Amino acid sequence: MGEFKVHRVRFFNYVPSGIRCVAYNNQSNRLAVSRTDGTVEIYNLSANYFQEKFFPGHESRATEALCWAKGQRLFSAGLNGEIIEYDLQALNIKYAMDAFGGPIWSMAASPSGSQLLVGCEDGSVKLFQITPGKIQFERNFDRQKSRILSLSWRPSGTHIAAGSIDYISVFDVKSGSAIHKMLVDRQYMGVSKRKCIIWGVAFLSDGTVISVDSAGKVQFWDSATGTLVKNHLIANADVQSIAVSDQEDSFVVGTAEGTVFHFQLVSVTSNSSEKQWVRTKPFQHHTHDVRAVAHSPTALISGGTDTHLVIRPLMEKVEVKNYDAALRKITFPHRRLISCSKKKQLLLFQFAHHLELWQLGSTVATGKFLVPGKNGDTLPLSKDADHLLHLKTKGPENIICSCISPCGSWIAYSTASRFFLYRLSYERDNISLQRVSKMPAFLRSALQILFSEDSAKLFVASNQGSLHIIRLLEGSFKHLHTFQPQSGTVESMCLLAVSPDGNWLAASGTSAGVHVYNVKNLKLHCTVPAYNFPVTALAIAPSTNNLVIAHSDQQVFEYSIPDKQYTEWSRTIQKQGFHHLWLQRDTPITHISFHLKRPMHILLHDAYMFCIIDKSLPLPNDKTLLYNPLPPKNESDVIRRRTAHAFKISKIYKPLLFMDLLDERTLVAVERPLDDIIAQLPPPIKKKKFGT
Amino acid sequence: MVEQERVRVVRCGGSELNFRRAVFSADSKYIFCVSGDFVKVYSTATEECVHILQGHRNLVTGIQLNPNNHLQLYSCSFDGTIKLWDYVDGILIKTFIVGHKLHALFTVARAEDSVFVTINKEKPDIFQLVSVKLPKSSSQEIESKELSFVLDYINQSPKYIAFGNEGEYVAAVRDFYLSVYFFKKKTTSRFTLSSSRNKKHAKNNFTCVACHPKEDCIATGHKDGKIRLWRNFDDDKKYTYTCLHWHHDMVMDLAFSVTGTSLLSGGRESVLVEWRDAAEKNKEFLPRLGATIEHISVSPAGDLFCTSHSDNKIIVIHRNLEASAVIQGLVKDSNIFTGLMIDPRTKALVLNGKPGHLQFYSLQSDKQLYNLDIVQQEYINDYGLIQIELTKAAFGCYGNWLATVEQRQEKETELELQMKLWMYNKKTQGFVLNTKVNMPHEDHITALCFCNAEKSENPTLVTASKDGHFKVWILTDDSDIYKKAVGWTCDFVGSYHKYQATNCCFSEDGSLLAVSFEEIVTIWDSETWELKCTFCQRAGKIRHLCFGRLTCSKYLLGATENGILCCWNLLSCALEWSAKLNVRVMEPDLNSENIAAISHSSMGSDLFVFKPSEPRPLYIQKNISREEVQWGVFVPRDVPESFTSEAYQWLNRSQFYFLTKSQSLLTLSTKSPEEKLTPTSKQVFLGWSNCPDKILVSSCLKDVGLAASVLRSTLCEVELPSAVTVKTLPPSSPPLHIAVQSRDALLFCSPRNLLAALCWGWERDLGI
Repeated sequence: MGEFKVHRVRFFNYVPSGIRCVAYNNQSNRLAVSRTDGTVEIYNLSANYFQEKFFPGHESRATEALCWAKGQRLFSAGLNGEIIEYDLQALNIKYAMDAFGGPIWSMAASPSGSQLLVGCEDGSVKLFQITPGKIQFERNFDRQKSRILSLSWRPSGTHIAAGSIDYISVFDVKSGSAIHKMLVDRQYMGVSKRKCIIWGVAFLSDGTVISVDSAGKVQFWDSATGTLVKNHLIANADVQSIAVSDQEDSFVVGTAEGTVFHFQLVSVTSNSSEKQWVRTKPFQHHTHDVRAVAHSPTALISGGTDTHLVIRPLMEKVEVKNYDAALRKITFPHRRLISCSKKKQLLLFQFAHHLELWQLGSTVATGKFLVPGKNGDTLPLSKDADHLLHLKTKGPENIICSCISPCGSWIAYSTASRFFLYRLSYERDNISLQRVSKMPAFLRSALQILFSEDSAKLFVASNQGSLHIIRLLEGSFKHLHTFQPQSGTVESMCLLAVSPDGNWLAASGTSAGVHVYNVKNLKLHCTVPAYNFPVTALAIAPSTNNLVIAHSDQQVFEYSIPDKQYTEWSRTIQKQGFHHLWLQRDTPITHISFHLKRPMHILLHDAYMFCIIDKSLPLPNDKTLLYNPLPPKNESDVIRRRTAHAFKISKIYKPLLFMDLLDERTLVAVERPLDDIIAQLPPPIKKKKFGT
Repeated sequence: MVEQERVRVVRCGGSELNFRRAVFSADSKYIFCVSGDFVKVYSTATEECVHILQGHRNLVTGIQLNPNNHLQLYSCSFDGTIKLWDYVDGILIKTFIVGHKLHALFTVARAEDSVFVTINKEKPDIFQLVSVKLPKSSSQEIESKELSFVLDYINQSPKYIAFGNEGEYVAAVRDFYLSVYFFKKKTTSRFTLSSSRNKKHAKNNFTCVACHPKEDCIATGHKDGKIRLWRNFDDDKKYTYTCLHWHHDMVMDLAFSVTGTSLLSGGRESVLVEWRDAAEKNKEFLPRLGATIEHISVSPAGDLFCTSHSDNKIIVIHRNLEASAVIQGLVKDSNIFTGLMIDPRTKALVLNGKPGHLQFYSLQSDKQLYNLDIVQQEYINDYGLIQIELTKAAFGCYGNWLATVEQRQEKETELELQMKLWMYNKKTQGFVLNTKVNMPHEDHITALCFCNAEKSENPTLVTASKDGHFKVWILTDDSDIYKKAVGWTCDFVGSYHKYQATNCCFSEDGSLLAVSFEEIVTIWDSETWELKCTFCQRAGKIRHLCFGRLTCSKYLLGATENGILCCWNLLSCALEWSAKLNVRVMEPDLNSENIAAISHSSMGSDLFVFKPSEPRPLYIQKNISREEVQWGVFVPRDVPESFTSEAYQWLNRSQFYFLTKSQSLLTLSTKSPEEKLTPTSKQVFLGWSNCPDKILVSSCLKDVGLAASVLRSTLCEVELPSAVTVKTLPPSSPPLHIAVQSRDALLFCSPRNLLAALCWGWERDLGI
C-alpha cells in the first residue's frame, strides 16, 4: 500500500442544512428532498440511493412543500408565495408562479396528477390545473380563518382535508365548500397549550382522516361525520409529519423528539375482517425534529433538522436480505465540495454562500521524524494551516460548483445565474484577487468546472448540456470551443475528467454513458457504453489514459481511451465479480485519483473508507477477508503475499469528504466529524434520561 | 385423647401464597391461592381465609376455575392428580389421576372436557404442554391418562404460557423466542429476538406472556424491562410488535384487563403499571406496594386485580388502582437473624419480616398480624446495596419492652450499630421507641437478654458483644420539668480477660447472670455484678447457654461448637453431666423444666427433649427434617392438651415450632394444624368481660366475613379508653354491631371499626 504523510484536515466547517420536505415518486422510484436553504435533491432509490440531481438553493426561496405530479414533474412551494416547477433534465427551474395567497405552507397533487392544490397563509386553498408546459389557476376553495398547514387528497379525488390551526377542514372538491370542520383538542396531558397546530393530515380512501398535531397526538377522524374516532398520544412534543403507504396499510409519523413511529393496520383477530390501526415500532435515528417523512413500498424515509436522511427498510417487505435491507443514513452530498491545488498545497472549500481557501500546514520533520516514526504517529506542525481567503457570493443564490486550478492561480465558481472566474496572485504573504470580467454570455450557469492539469484550459459543463472549453491566458481568456450535446438529448453533464496530458476530456451526465472528447482536435472521440447505474466518479489515468469510472452500485470500470475498449483488468474483475462486502457499501465513491509513480494503483474513496486498488495483485474472492488490517512489518513475506489482494482499504478517516494525493508521499484527507455538525445545530428538545 | 396418638412433623402455615397467580372467583368475592399442599380460599372483602381445600399430597402447582361451572375449581399438583373442588362448601368433588408430575394448569372454555397441563419429559429443564382429557364418570377417582401433545420445549412456570382468543392459540415463551400454536391450523409460529451475543440485546430474554382477551395481540415481558405487544403473528413474515418501556428491571408479570383496554405490568420496582389502550403515554401507576410484584391476576368480573408479592402477600386492588385488601402471610424472603420469638401479649410468633421490620405472625390464623418498622428508613431496593439489617431482638417484662439491634457493615472496619428499646403503649396498642443507643458496643452484639424474673422491680437488659464486654442496661428515670419519662442507661460493663462475649442468659429468678466468653462461662451476681464463678470445659466456644427452670433451676446448660452439651450444677459448681451432641438449637420451655435441643448431622436433624436434671432424654424424634434447623421456639398452648403417653407429655402445655434453613415453619403435632385453623363452630360470640373497661371479643367464625376478619380466631382482650363505655346491644341494632357510648353520644359500630379504632387510636376513626 505504501506509506504516506497525511494531512488530516478537520477545519472544513461544513454544515449541511436541515431537511424540510421529502417527496417520494412511486413511478420512477425517486425521492425528492428539499432543505431549509432551498436546495432540492433527487435521490434515485433504484440506484442505491444515489443523489443524482440537485437544484441549488436560494436565500429567499425556502421550500415548505414539495410534490410530484403528473408522472415525473416536481413542484415546490415556499414562503415567498411562489410555486416552482423544476426541469429535471436541464437541472434548472422551469418557472416560478406566484399563487397570490401569501406564503404557501402546503401543497398536494391530486391523485390523478392533473391538479395541484396549495394552502396559503391567508387561509385560502387554491386549485391549479397542471397543463403540459405550465400550471394554471383554476379556483379558490372556501377561505378559512387561519393558514393552511397541511393538505391531503382523498385517493378518489372527491374530497380534501386541510389542516389548519386548531381545526381540520374537509372540502368537497366539486363544490369547493367546506363540509366539515373538525376541532382538535388543545389539551396536552391535561394542560391547555396555546394552540394546536395540525402539522399533517392524510386522507385515506375509506374516508378516514389522520391528523398529526403539535400536542403530540395522532388522531383518526371520520370525514363522513366529522367525528374523532381514535386518539394516540405518542409524544410529549410536536408530531410534525405523516406519510401513508400506497396500500394504506401502514403509515409513518415523525416527531420533534426525533422519533419516527410506524403505524400499521392489523386485523383485530385472525378470523375477523375487522382491522385497526396500531402503533408498532418506534425508531430513534434522529437527534432533532423529524420534519419530513416518506413511505416507499419497502422503507420508511425520514429527514429533519439534524440534516440526516434516514432510510429504514421494512424487513417484512424486503424479499431477500440484500443491499436494500440495511439501514442507511445520508448526511453529505454525493458530490465534491472540495478542490485542491496540488502545487501550492491549497484547498478550496465550497459552502452554500461562500468559498474558503486554505493553505495546508507543513512540518519540518521530514526524514528525521519519519524514519523512527511508526505508522499512525502524529507529526508536529511547524506551520499551521492558514485561512487565506473568504470569498462571498453576490446575490441570494447558492453556489453550484467551484474549482481551483492545479497551479493555484485561478478560482472559478458558478451560481444558478452567474459564472465567476478569479485570478489569484501571490506576493510573499499577500494574496490579491482579481475578478476576470466580461465573461461571455453563454457562460451563465455551470454544473461542473474543471481546470486542466497545466491550468491553461478551463472546462465548463453548462446546464444546457453543452461543454465549453476556455483557454486561460494571463488575466484574460479565450473561448476555444463548445461541444454541443448529442442531438435530441438535453441531458446535462455533471461530471468531468481531464487527462493529465490535456488531450482527453471525459464527461458524464446523470444516466447516459460517458462521452470522451479529444481536446486537441475538438471532436467526440468515443462513448463508453451506457450502464444501468449512474456514474459517481470519473478520472483518467496519467500515462495510460485509461478512464476509470465508478458507478453507484459500487462497480468500477477501467476503459482504455486510445483503444476504445475496456481494459483487460476491467474485464477480469467483471468476470470474477467484486467482493460481496464491497458491493454492500452504502456510500458512493466520490473521487478517484492516481499515483504518478505507481501506474498500477487506483486511489478512490467514499465517505467511510479510502481504498487503493493495486491492479498487480490478485482479486479477492468472497472467501477472503476484504477489510484486512495493514499487515504488520515483521510478518513474513509468505503470509503477506497469501493474504494480499488488490483492495487495500483504510477506514481510519471518516466521514471522509475528500482525499487526494498531493505528491508521491503526501495525502490530504478532509474529514467532517458528525459530532462537530451536531454541535453546530440548534439544541434538540431536552429529554430526561433515565438514571440521571 | 382416646386413640393412640402419633406425633409427626407437620408443616404449619407460613407457606408461600405467591407461588402461583391467585385466581378470583367469578363474582370476585373470593380469591384462591395455592399454599403448599393446600388451596386457600380468601374473602376479598375481609382478607379472611374462608376455606382450606386440602387433599393433595404434594405441592399444588396450579388452580383454575372450571370454565363450565364457575362455582368449581380445578387444581393440579406434583402428586400427579387434578382435583375438582366445590369451593363454596370446600368439598372435593373429583380426582383425576394423570400420573405425571404436573407443573401448571390451564383451562379453556371451548375445550369442555379437557384441560392443559405442563409436564416434564426426560430432560429436567424441558417441559411440554399437553392437553388432558377428563373423562365423565360418576366415580370419585377417575384415571385420565389420555394426553395429547401441544407444545414442546417450554418453561415450567405458567407465566410463560398464555391462551388467547378463547383458546384459538397458545403462546409460550422461553429464552429468546416466542412460539404460538394455532389449534385450528395446527401450526406453530416461532419468533426469535436477537440473542445475548449482541451486547445491546443482552437482556432480551422473555420473562412472561399474556394474551389479549378480545384481539389477536400477545404481550410479552422481557428481562430488560420492555414489554412487547405482538400482532399479526399468524404470519411469519408480516408480524410486528410495539415496545412499551417503563420498567427498569425485569417485567415479572403481565395481565390484560377483562375488556382488554388496559394492560397491567409489575416487577421489582414494586409499582403496578396500568397501560391504557396499550399506549406508552397513557399509563397509571400504583406505587409503593412494598415488595417485588411476582404475579398479577384479574378477576373475571373485571372489578378487581390482585398482585402477589415476593414478601408473601397478596394485595387486592380495585379497578381504580386503589389497594383494598392485603392478605399477608409469613414474610420469608429475608434472612432470619432474630430467631423465633413469642410476643408474650399476643402469643404471636415474632421474627424478621420485610427488610428492617419485625413481623408479628399469628400461628393460629396463619397470617401476619402486623409489622413493626424498626429501622425506620426508606428501603431502597437496589442490587448490591448494603442494607441496615435487624440482627437481634428480645422481649422483656411480659412484653412491655422490646429491645432490637440493627447493624450495617460496609467495610471490615466500618460498623454501624444501633440498639433501640421500645416500650409497649397500652393506649395505642403498639410499641413506641423509647431509647436509641448509638454504638452500644464497639463490635457486633452477639446476644441480648432481658431479666424476666417476676420479682425484679427494675427492668434489666444485658448485651454481650464481640468487643469482649457485656453491658448491663437499666431503666432509669429520665424525667425533666415538662414530663415524666423513663430511659435506658448503661449500668455496668463487665469483661473477662478480653475474651469475646458470645452468649448471655439470666436465671429464672433473675439472681444470676451467665455470660459465656468463648470457651468459658462466667456467672455473675445480678445484684452486685460480682463474678461468682467460672466454668470451662475446653470443648470449643459456647454456642448456646441457658439456665434450667422450675425444679431444675440449679442447672446451667451450655452447648459448644465442638458438639458437647454440658450441664453444670450451680450449687456444686461442677459439671453434672455432658453428652456428645452437635446442638444447633437449644430452647427452654417456659412452662416446664423441659429443654429442646436439635442436633444436625449429614443425615438430617434430630430432636431431643430432656430435663437438665436427667441426662437421659425424655423424647427423641429422629430426622425431623432433612435440612438444617436454624431456629426453634416453644409456644405456650392456650388450651392444654392431654397426652397420656409418657413420651408426649412435654407437648401438653407448649407446642414446639422450628424453622429450617429453607424457611419452612414446622411443628410436631398429632393432627394437622389446619384442622385447628378452620373452626367448626359457626356461631358468633361476643361477650363482655367482668372488668367494666374491657371488652372481650372472641370469635370463631368462618363464613361471617366481616366480623371474622376483625376478631381473628384468637381471643383478644382490649382495654378501652376510659371515655368510652360499651352498652349492651339494643335488639333492633344490626347484627354484628356493638354499641359504644362515648361522652354523651351513643354510637353503633361494627366490631371491625371498633377494633380498628382501638388499635389505631380511637378518636380519629370513630369520629368521637
